[in-house]
Amino acid sequence: MKPNKFWSWLVFGLGAAYFIIPLVATFMFSLSMRRGYYSFDSYASVFSDPRFQATFGYSAVIGLFSIVVGILVVVPAVYFVRLRLPWLRPAVEFITLMPLIIPAIVLVYGYIRLYNSSSIIPFTGSALGTDILLTCAYVTLALPYMYRAVDTGMRTIDIQTLTEAAQIAGANTAQIIGRIILPNILVAVLSGAFLTFAIVIGEFTIASLLNRPAFGPYLQNIGANRAYEPAALAIISFIITWGAMGMINVLGRFAPRTSARTD
Amino acid sequence: MAAFLDVQNLTKTFGTTTVVKEVSFAFDKGEFISLLGPSGCGKTTILRMIAGFETPTSGSILVDGQDITTLKPNQRQLGMVFQAYALFPNLNVGDNIGFGLKIAGMPAEERRARVDEMLKLIGLPGFERRYPYEMSGGQQQRVALARAIAPRPRMLLLDEPLSALDAKIRVSLREEIRAIQLDLGITTVFVTHDQEEALSISDRIVVMNSGSIEQLGAPHEVYNKPATRFVATFVGHLNTIEATVVDAATGLVDIDGQTVTVPTLPATASAGAPVSLTLRPEVLSVGAREGNDITLTGTIADVTFLGSVIRLRIALGRNTLSLDTFNDQRTAPPSRGEPVTISLASKDLLVL
Repeated sequence: MKPNKFWSWLVFGLGAAYFIIPLVATFMFSLSMRRGYYSFDSYASVFSDPRFQATFGYSAVIGLFSIVVGILVVVPAVYFVRLRLPWLRPAVEFITLMPLIIPAIVLVYGYIRLYNSSSIIPFTGSALGTDILLTCAYVTLALPYMYRAVDTGMRTIDIQTLTEAAQIAGANTAQIIGRIILPNILVAVLSGAFLTFAIVIGEFTIASLLNRPAFGPYLQNIGANRAYEPAALAIISFIITWGAMGMINVLGRFAPRTSARTD
Repeated sequence: MAAFLDVQNLTKTFGTTTVVKEVSFAFDKGEFISLLGPSGCGKTTILRMIAGFETPTSGSILVDGQDITTLKPNQRQLGMVFQAYALFPNLNVGDNIGFGLKIAGMPAEERRARVDEMLKLIGLPGFERRYPYEMSGGQQQRVALARAIAPRPRMLLLDEPLSALDAKIRVSLREEIRAIQLDLGITTVFVTHDQEEALSISDRIVVMNSGSIEQLGAPHEVYNKPATRFVATFVGHLNTIEATVVDAATGLVDIDGQTVTVPTLPATASAGAPVSLTLRPEVLSVGAREGNDITLTGTIADVTFLGSVIRLRIALGRNTLSLDTFNDQRTAPPSRGEPVTISLASKDLLVL
C-alpha cells in the first residue's frame, strides 16, 4: 500500500508558504515603484546610490578581514584543543557560545568603555582603530559559527596521526597547520567564512554604535526614509545571504575524501 | 662497535601507571627488530618514545651515538609508518612521498627523481597523480612506506603497519617490507602483536609483557628456547602436560597413567609432586618416529583442517595435546574418536 503523503505535503506547503509569501510580497512591492506596472526602478535607485556602494564595499572589506582574523584565531585554537588540551574542550565550547547569549549591544558598550579615546588603548580615537575594533567585534560575533564549522571539519580527519606523520617527516607546527591541517578542513573553514560574511553584511548594532559607515546602518537609514528601496535592499540582502549559504553547499562537494577504496 | 640504537633504562609512567619499566636494549645498524607483545605491554609506547611523540619519564635513547631523548620528532631524522596509513588526504601520491623532501628544502627536480625512484621501489610506478582515496589499503601502506624512507632517515619505525590489511596482502606486504629493508640496509623497529609476523621478518625480537622485556633474541631462539612461560605461550602454540613425579632422581614421571622418563626436572621436584611439561605441537609425531624416545597413547578428540597442516587434538586423559601433521592428499585425515599412538623426543620437552 502506498503511504498517504497528503499530510506531509500539507505541512510542507504551509511551512513553505510561511517563508515564501512574505518574500514574494516584498519582491512584488520592490517592483512597484512606478504606478501601474512592475519595474526594477527601486533596484536601479539602490545600485546608483553612492552610499550603497560605499557601505557595501566597507562591510565587505571588514567582512574579509573578520574572516582572515577568525581563521587565524580559530583554526590553531581548535587544533591545539583537539590535539593537546582535549580536557579544555567543554570550556572552549562554552566560551564560543557566549556571543549567542550576550547581546551585541552589551558587547559594544563594553568595547566603548574599555577602548574609548581617553582609555589606555584608545581604539575609538581614530577611524582605523575603530575599524580594528569593529573587526574584532565581528570575529567575536561569528565565533560560534566559525568554531563549530572548524571543529566539525577537524573531527572528520585524524589530526593526531596526520600531525605525527608530518612531524616525523620534519615539519614544524606552522608547516603542519598550513600544509596539512588547513587544506584538509578548507571546506569547513570556508563554511565558517561565508557564515561570517553573512553576519557582517547585515549587522547593525555594533557598526551603528561605533559610528562606522557599514551596510547595516545604511539599510536601517534607507528603511526609515524611503518606501520601495528598503524592499529592494531586503531582497538584495537575501540574495547575498543565500548566495553565501549556496556556496557552502557547493564547496561541500569538494571536501577531501579520507577513506580508502574498499575493493 | 657501539650499538646503533641504544635504549637505556627507559621508563614511562602515565599518572600512576607505569607502562614501560626500565627497558634497555641495543641493536646494530641494519638490523630488523620487532617489539612483540600483547596489547598494553608497552611496545607501542617504546616506539613512540623513540619517535619523539612521548617523553620518557626516565632513561635515554641514543641513535648512532647521538642522544635523541629530548629532541622533537622533526629533529630526529627518522621515518615512520602508521597503522592507519596516515597519508595526507589533500596531497596526491607524489606529493605525499615528496613531503619530507620538500620540508627539507630539496629542489623540485631532485625531489621528482627521488619520488620516481621510491614509486619504482614500492612497485607503484605511474601512481604519482593518484589521491589516497583512489587506492586500496595495501597500496596506501606502500605509499606510506615510500614516504617514510624517501628522506633517507637514520632509522625506520613501523607501528603495526599490517594490522589494518587483509591476510593475503599482509603476508605479501611484510615480505616486501623485509626485502626493501634488506635492500636499503636501514635499521628498522617493527611493533606487532602478531608473533608470526615477528618471527618471519625479524633479525631479532624483543618479547614484551607488562612493560618489561621477557626475552630478546633471534626468532629461532625465542621460539625454540623460550626464556619464560609467557614467551613460550605467547610465541607459537604450546602444549602443557600436567604430570606427577614418580622418581625425581631418574626423571620418571606419570602422564595420565603412562610412565615416561624426562631428561630434566625442576630441582624442587619430589616424588608425588605435580610438574608441568611443555612442548610445541610440531615436535609430536603420529606413531613411532626415529629419534623419538617417548611414546604415549590416546584418542583423537578433534581434527582441524588448516590446509597444508592438520591439527589434531589428542586426549590422553586429563591432558589434551595439540599435534600438527602435514596434510597428505593421498590419505584421508584421521577421524574423531580413533585411538592413536604418538611419540616425541624427550629433549624437546621444556620444563618451565
